[in-house]
Amino acid sequence: MLLGPALTISAVLFTLGVSGVLLRRNAIVIFMCVELMLNAVNLTFVALAQRLGVGGQVFVFFVMAVAAAEAAVGLAIILAVYRHKQTVNLQNINLLKG
Amino acid sequence: MTVSIFWIFGVIAMGGGLLCITRKNPVASALWLVVTLFALAAMYVLLDAQFIAALQVLVYAGAIMVLFLFVIMLLNLGHPGPTDIKGPVGIGIAVLLGGTLLLQLRVLGHATPPEAIQLPAGTMATLQQQGMIAAVAGPLFDAYLIPFEITSLLLLAAMVGAVVLAKRKL
Repeated sequence: MLLGPALTISAVLFTLGVSGVLLRRNAIVIFMCVELMLNAVNLTFVALAQRLGVGGQVFVFFVMAVAAAEAAVGLAIILAVYRHKQTVNLQNINLLKG
Repeated sequence: MTVSIFWIFGVIAMGGGLLCITRKNPVASALWLVVTLFALAAMYVLLDAQFIAALQVLVYAGAIMVLFLFVIMLLNLGHPGPTDIKGPVGIGIAVLLGGTLLLQLRVLGHATPPEAIQLPAGTMATLQQQGMIAAVAGPLFDAYLIPFEITSLLLLAAMVGAVVLAKRKL
């Protein structure tokens, strides 16, 4: 039924998220790509929950809570970095580079 | 019929994702991601997860993406500037690694869970009739009660952390 298409679409979305992280230098866009990956995994959970029980949907609930917390803290970190460096381009944020 | 509708939303989601990672302007990226999130919400409805679909629209498209757009606005990144997409080498690496990952994940398309752990046929239809919110909320306050309570601690910690990190001087 819908399991095959759902897992295929989720695989493509996850790949797009990974490619986006590799492709971009803007910290906020990279962050959005991470959200895209989380959503791809959520789709997998929901698709399998249809076959294996509602536990998967409960797990999606937790993933969303963690994603919300992660977005709040991550964007606060980006704000703090911007205040120091005046940029969100990761090429210019290289304090750990030897 | 359902499968074709599902595929339509799937194509919208994948197109939105592709445009999200290729648009130069972060605001455009964020708005294309919102398109993807709404398409995913529609797919959740088709997958018998109405409660999760509502949460997706409220939490993801509503709260999280507003937070993103708000930060983009705060940092004044909406105006046109030099692109942040990497050069030809970076694009090549991204496409190569993405393609490899997609090849590996492709097997998911025809994966089926073993019969032994699958729900008996018709269980989902019965749950649908009782209402999906009850079916999801039941385990949330029963088997998953402790993770649920820990989530509240996590959100509190995130709230305090965000304020401490973003504030100039405490």
